[in-house]
Amino acid sequence: MAAYSPMAAKKAVAQAETPLAKANGDLNVLSPKDFASDQEVRWCPGCGDYSILKQVQTVMPELGIPRENIVFVSGIGCSSRFPYYMDTFGIHSIHGRATAIASGLKMARPELSVWVVTGDGDSLSIGTNHFVQLLRRNLDVQVLLFNNEIYGLTKGQFSPTSREGIVTKSSPYGTIDHPMNPLALALGAEGAFIARTLDRDVKHLRDILKRAHQFKGTSLVEIYQNCVIFNDGAFFPFTEKETKSENDLFLEHGKPLVFANGKKGIKLYGLRPIVVDLDGQVSLDDLWIHDERDRTKASILTRFFDMPGSEHYMPRPFGVFYAEERFRYEDAMLDQLNAAKQKGAGDLDALLRGKETWTIA
Amino acid sequence: MNEVKPAPHLESRDEVTILFAGDSGDGMQLTGTQFTETTAIFGNDINTFPNYPAEIRAPAGTLAGVSGFQVHFGSKSIYTPGDQCDVLVVMNVAALKANLKNLKNGGMIIASSDGFDAKNLDLANAKTNPLDDGSLAQYQVHVVDVVRLTKLALEGSGLSSKDMERSKNMFVLGMLYWLYSRPMDATIRGLQEKFKKKPDIAEANIKVLKAGFNYCDSTEVFGTRYSVQPAKMPPGTYRHVMGNQATAYALIAASQKSGLPLFLGSYPITPASDILHELAKHKNFGVRTFQAEDEIGAICAAIGAAYGGHLAATTTSGPGMDLKAEAMGLALTLELPLVIIDVQRGGPSTGLPTKTEQSDLMLALYGRHGEAPLPVVAAYSPEDCFYATYEAARIALQFMTPVICLTDGYIANGTEPWKFPTSAELPELTVKFAAPRDKDDAKFLPYKRDDLLSRPWAIPGTKGLEHRVGGIEKQHETGNISYDAENHEFMTKLRAEKVANVAKTIPLQSIDSGREKGKLLVLGWGSTYGSIKTAVRELISEGYDISHAHLRYINPMPSNLGEIIYNFDQVVVPELNNGQLVRLIREKFLVPAIPYNKIQGMPFAVSELKNKFTEILNAKMSTKEAK
Repeated sequence: MAAYSPMAAKKAVAQAETPLAKANGDLNVLSPKDFASDQEVRWCPGCGDYSILKQVQTVMPELGIPRENIVFVSGIGCSSRFPYYMDTFGIHSIHGRATAIASGLKMARPELSVWVVTGDGDSLSIGTNHFVQLLRRNLDVQVLLFNNEIYGLTKGQFSPTSREGIVTKSSPYGTIDHPMNPLALALGAEGAFIARTLDRDVKHLRDILKRAHQFKGTSLVEIYQNCVIFNDGAFFPFTEKETKSENDLFLEHGKPLVFANGKKGIKLYGLRPIVVDLDGQVSLDDLWIHDERDRTKASILTRFFDMPGSEHYMPRPFGVFYAEERFRYEDAMLDQLNAAKQKGAGDLDALLRGKETWTIA
Repeated sequence: MNEVKPAPHLESRDEVTILFAGDSGDGMQLTGTQFTETTAIFGNDINTFPNYPAEIRAPAGTLAGVSGFQVHFGSKSIYTPGDQCDVLVVMNVAALKANLKNLKNGGMIIASSDGFDAKNLDLANAKTNPLDDGSLAQYQVHVVDVVRLTKLALEGSGLSSKDMERSKNMFVLGMLYWLYSRPMDATIRGLQEKFKKKPDIAEANIKVLKAGFNYCDSTEVFGTRYSVQPAKMPPGTYRHVMGNQATAYALIAASQKSGLPLFLGSYPITPASDILHELAKHKNFGVRTFQAEDEIGAICAAIGAAYGGHLAATTTSGPGMDLKAEAMGLALTLELPLVIIDVQRGGPSTGLPTKTEQSDLMLALYGRHGEAPLPVVAAYSPEDCFYATYEAARIALQFMTPVICLTDGYIANGTEPWKFPTSAELPELTVKFAAPRDKDDAKFLPYKRDDLLSRPWAIPGTKGLEHRVGGIEKQHETGNISYDAENHEFMTKLRAEKVANVAKTIPLQSIDSGREKGKLLVLGWGSTYGSIKTAVRELISEGYDISHAHLRYINPMPSNLGEIIYNFDQVVVPELNNGQLVRLIREKFLVPAIPYNKIQGMPFAVSELKNKFTEILNAKMSTKEAK
């Protein structure tokens, strides 16, 4: 059996682009409304999920994919109700397993546009294994991780991303769990596309959704999403007018890292990032220039994870941290199937007969 | 086939059982497999039982490391690997100690003297050497210096001493071929194939094989040579097949016949991994095998593939079934077709991972939360793994449901001759996906049902069928979320009725051996088939009033099973567990079915079953006489 060759797979990537998307003539007439199902949306009033749903429905017509070729797969949690509200194909599955189900679907039907909607509990606790495996396999699936740092559906227990000390129903004395860093985990799992955005910044959210869709491979989009009931304001430092410019660092490929309305920038000393004032002494050219293909720098950016006021504080990055295409699992799988078939398609009778037979008269 | 010159003292035998035993690194499984292949091609009926330790390389020379391969072959019909063996081949002291109890009185021992040195005696905790302390007086013992003879045969081959020694199992095989008058050509072909890339190793093995054969021919180490004539089997073309292999073939066959690509999601686990290994080879059939990160990932990926319109399967063993339970419930309520193969092994927990047991029956039936009935079928022999799996696929596709197919370690690793079918002989599997719809068509109802209550298979990519499915209770027909009390009860009963409807599509239960009516019915399921059949047939020929029926369909059961049971005074249910089917029979048919259980990781011996059955029959007689 010939070993798998990544080079051959790259070719397969090019060949596997199916013409399905081009086939449908009435795509142009689709509007965001066409992507809204007839089901009543039942999140709490003020939930960040509404904004995300709206932006996804807004972006969908722009992607040029017939609705029947789109599948939303979710697990369990508030966010996982998402597929019911999309008038596409959809599976609301079981806790933590959406990434595994989406993987099987994508292997079987690579031509479909597969989206996973998951939360911090769903994919970073019970489903972490499938989550990291999907990232390393790099199937062409978009993973929208709604991170609200709390369990909402079960009425307010701390989640793997909840900050230390948070008082919840299951941690009346404050949680003693150290929080997980989702994007550092994703990068460690060999994720090929890693991005972060916010429910409140709708334009940024839409742009990142489009980038995620364009990327050929698993794209992880962490979306900071406010839970108004159980963890209200968890991301206020990054979303509120008064604080966000000081705390948000928007990443753009090829551009210097600048924040605080252009008053501050970030310089790299070796591997150590330093915040510098842009008061004329420091040139923009001396700043850290964002490069989505630089995994080492992406790794440092995922470490910008401390809250404002803490000792190693750096502004929180939003945007595409890392994006580098490599061969996709489904293409490699098809490549092996095609290579085997080229040597001769399977013959069921020959298989059943086997190599050694004998006849009794 | 080679013509074999008849030896001077040639005796004929109807049936022979040989047990090859040695360290797990001694190549006993290969030796046994080769003997099986040759014997099957020779035309004997045959049944085998590989019995190996859980550790791949348990400490050499110890009792824990003993690996065995039992072959039962004959000129008559053979349904079991044999209770006790006629010939015990042992490569060391531990192999002898572990298996002597399985040797018939007066049976033959072929011992490799190299494995009986001081070190091996010590490793096996033997105070004296059994080969010369007189303890084997009631057996015919042949001590052969296999290692020295192997090395002599390979003198000048340039192989290292260690490599030479590796061929010693072929010397023993050659001796057995001589003893039972077998041709060697199939093994020679097999070795050439196996060591295609190492022709020197192939050549060495063949040389040693022939040396073993010739050693017997020239030294007259055995006074007598035996012949076992080909069996009178139904005419046709045969091959030999192993259970796991048959399961894999059935999945490919179902894929080909249904026109659906096959998707297997699986995680390595003994004794089911061979199905994954086999399917991974057949990419030319378009088979997608996905080795997942865990058992849950494996079944969930299969569910995703099923949703996408593939024939999806997941293969596992006991612990994997536990892990997959929640996902099975999802597939059940989504109503997607899925074949779940459980190659049962000793439990609970890790239990006896390499030994057989039938202890997952209740798990298969009831091992999910909520009201979650699934069709369950059970294979009864290596070749039946093919038909049972094919049926599981048929039911899954026809009824849009996961189906559990139970096999077990014994039949999964066991081999037997198989009068294999042609693809044309296999039942057709017709699958129709829900058709595309236009805007003006009525709204698509994903849970609208046919006569048998199966729902449409609406795959993504089909225009106008956009809809959502999920684990939350669904409204009848629309599939929308519904928390309505009456709807939940209605849907629960509807799902159960759908599974019950499977009974309308399966054959009626038949009696395998014996009369339709009588004193004692032996009702078995799964891998106990061969032992029960042999025991019942022998008792019938001894004049007992006993019959045998064997269940392949556990849920739902064939509709006439009650009638069959009520036609007998008593029913006994032998099982390799602590009594599972027997409870179902008692509950469903309100009869005092008698349990007969063995939980030793080993199949029933025919003699055990005969003793139990005659005990029941004689007790019944004496009660009647007392009246």
